[in-house]
Amino acid sequence: MTIDISQFFKVFFDEAEELLAEKERLLLGVDVANPDPEDLNAIFRTAHSIKGGASTFGLTDMTEVTHILESLLDRIRKGEMALTGVHVDAFLAAKDILKMQLDGHRNGADVDQDAVADVRMMLQELSQDVVVAPVVVAPSFRQAAQPQAVTPGAGARRFRIELPKVEQRDVNALVDELGLLGRVSETPLDGGRTAIIVTTHESLDDIIAICSFVLDPDDLKIFEAPALTPEQRAVEDAERARVEADQGFGFFDMDDTPAAPDTRSEEDRGYGFFQPIELIRAEAGIVAEPVVAKVAETVAEVADVAEVSGERRRKEDKAPQGAEASSIRVSVEKVDQLINLIGELVITQAMIEQRSEHLDPMKDERLLASIGQLTRNTRDLQEAVMSIRMMPMDFVFSRFPRMVRDLAAKLGKKVDFITNGAATELDKGLIERIVDPLTHLVRNSIDHGIEMPSVRAAAGKTENGRLFLSAVHQGGNIIIEVADDGGGLNRERILAKAKQNGLPVSDTMADADVWQLIFAPGFSTAETVTDVSGRGVGMDVVKRNITAMGGVVDIRSAAGFGTTISISLPLTLAILDGMSIRCGEEVYILPLGFVIESLQPQPDDVKDIAGMGSVIKVRGEYLPLVPLHLMFDIVPRHTSPCDGICVIVETEGRKAALFVDELVGQQQVVVKNLESNYRKVTGISGATILGDGGVSLILDVTALLRSSRQLAGDAVSNDATFS
Amino acid sequence: MSIQTSNKLAETHDGAGSEFLAFTLGSEEYGIDILKVQEIRGYEAVTRIANAPEFIKGVINLRGIIIPVVDMRIKFKLGTPVYDQFTVVIILNIGGRIMGMVVDSVSDVTTLTPDQIKPAPEMGTAFNSDYMIGLGTIDERMLILMDIDKLMSSNEMGLMDNIAA
Repeated sequence: MTIDISQFFKVFFDEAEELLAEKERLLLGVDVANPDPEDLNAIFRTAHSIKGGASTFGLTDMTEVTHILESLLDRIRKGEMALTGVHVDAFLAAKDILKMQLDGHRNGADVDQDAVADVRMMLQELSQDVVVAPVVVAPSFRQAAQPQAVTPGAGARRFRIELPKVEQRDVNALVDELGLLGRVSETPLDGGRTAIIVTTHESLDDIIAICSFVLDPDDLKIFEAPALTPEQRAVEDAERARVEADQGFGFFDMDDTPAAPDTRSEEDRGYGFFQPIELIRAEAGIVAEPVVAKVAETVAEVADVAEVSGERRRKEDKAPQGAEASSIRVSVEKVDQLINLIGELVITQAMIEQRSEHLDPMKDERLLASIGQLTRNTRDLQEAVMSIRMMPMDFVFSRFPRMVRDLAAKLGKKVDFITNGAATELDKGLIERIVDPLTHLVRNSIDHGIEMPSVRAAAGKTENGRLFLSAVHQGGNIIIEVADDGGGLNRERILAKAKQNGLPVSDTMADADVWQLIFAPGFSTAETVTDVSGRGVGMDVVKRNITAMGGVVDIRSAAGFGTTISISLPLTLAILDGMSIRCGEEVYILPLGFVIESLQPQPDDVKDIAGMGSVIKVRGEYLPLVPLHLMFDIVPRHTSPCDGICVIVETEGRKAALFVDELVGQQQVVVKNLESNYRKVTGISGATILGDGGVSLILDVTALLRSSRQLAGDAVSNDATFS
Repeated sequence: MSIQTSNKLAETHDGAGSEFLAFTLGSEEYGIDILKVQEIRGYEAVTRIANAPEFIKGVINLRGIIIPVVDMRIKFKLGTPVYDQFTVVIILNIGGRIMGMVVDSVSDVTTLTPDQIKPAPEMGTAFNSDYMIGLGTIDERMLILMDIDKLMSSNEMGLMDNIAA
């Protein structure tokens, strides 16, 4: 029987990547002086699971690194070694190495073997600091825990499986798999063959079934309950003693506790049980309890850890075990297809609703009631499906603690990183695109915002600068803020730099306008260019990316108190709150996010500026008038703004009055791409399907205002259209 | 995909012949490779696209996807563009992109053997002979065989971004 293993590789890679990310998060969160045993266990588990997976797939380089890492972690979590900052650094370095190796296997990326060797050396040196009471155990011995709280040996049957000559990798894989059934030990036979002894409650058929994943069952020789050799018996007894001690006192902090077997995820079952030989030695070395007395000859040392482990056990029992939510992996295309279909359904439902309007409420009462129900169900379904695409911001936030830590260390600054609202959800597409801009903003805050500890102390602030990253829902938008309590933006320097760059500025500009200057291309006020930031290429890219996502960037800053950069993004790109407007015979959708208000100006408030179009006066403010019918070459019903309606829109920090014939209504629309079958159209960001099946175009307010400014700037006469 | 189908076209040229959908624009009769045709629909109201060339009528909703519709009669100045219940839109699939083409009427699907296809003359039709496969003759009829792939993805039509930009 052959199995296409490549599909499992992908799952392993995905999992390993998640585990590495989780590990990093835990390492950064751990309190070095007083580590929480739970955290240490969790870190250990991640290393352990990666190792299990890597060895199953024969990725020996990863197995070797995780193995050393795991041994070291195990000692720390058992309190045999104190956790220090050096350890945390070494573990983070090891995480990077594993990531590199993972990428190496996955994408064929280059793996720096020197770095791997360095990290292994470092870990090994660290682990040699501690004297471990050694116990002589047969080197070929491997163990795995019982899957259930069953006394080992009692009622279990023993099978001896003699394998034909196969590769060691296959043997390892088989031992891993059989480890799920019970206790496994592996003995080399002559001629390169291997024998495996399994003690299990499962039937012979199960064992054969598992073996057949790796080997042809006909090649196997399986005997039941063979006599133990003295050597095997010693091994077995030592093992049993360990497992019994484990079950009696929860001494073992494995990734599953017998109390909650159901919450274990599949991979824990699969690969989580392996213990390296060092571990067994270490554990056997400190096992203590009367039960163990009968095998005391194999135990070299007795330590009084029973009470401690008992406590730990109780604590573990209370700890929430359901943290690992179950989930399935589905490709984004499938989800998008689902979303498209739902969009269709919503439109069809709207059509039905519209066509049922003329029905007699008395005669067709039941039909109308059903349609009402359909409307509600469709809406619920749509919401549920849209939520599939939503991901928590934690996905983005979790990568920053490490970066902040490294960067602060590099720059000699002290930074406390505080995140808020990591559970806030955002569309997956947006999440992926927000990472780069946010990374840039966070780097900037550390490099330019937060001052050196001595400067902070002199200013009467705490030496540790604070960097906040927060996300919060606000209406249909998500507001993501990067805030620091650093020195704030320097108005004079920005203005000076702007003048130097030839930007049109004046000394009396409002602060908000001054801050927006830093988004100009090539703008940097940093005195020196570091490799962190200061080249001036970043902020304009940040702004551009966020604008492209339909978002807005806003800066608030106070000298001496810090800077807050706030990004406002729509929750999803697929659905949009729109205002339908009419101009001539055509209906367009105006994204509601841009709309501030609508009004009908008085004739006195409309002023013509020679060759520059018109402006309207709204509460003392003069806003440029953008007539949609001129932009889109429509025959309008009204040519005077006083007859039609002006929608005040704001984009890129500027306001303008869009002059249209009338407002039709407000509705949620499903955004359809115009470019998939046509091409980009200036002033149009997409299209949607209306309730009657017709198509309506969605206005791209930013592009519209920009081209209208160009028109005005070029002093083109009023009847010109842009192309 | 488009490469595949044109290969197929070339292959069938050697053998039994290939099938063409015949349609009329004004008084001329044209043929296009039937494999490029997804479906044939009646003309329905389009949504105009601002500042697009006149022959691009706009976009329509084809079962949830937004597709552009071009009027060949305007593009090639053939016949008078009237829109009534007989006006036909041929929905084409060109390299995975869907688009509609307004024509006066669709007549039939005919099979042309390679010897029935004559090379295109240098002049005499409303459009550039680059977009022609050749002239097909069936008894008294003559079909102008369009290379619809090449035409629709051409710069001249401006339907696709990569080229149009």
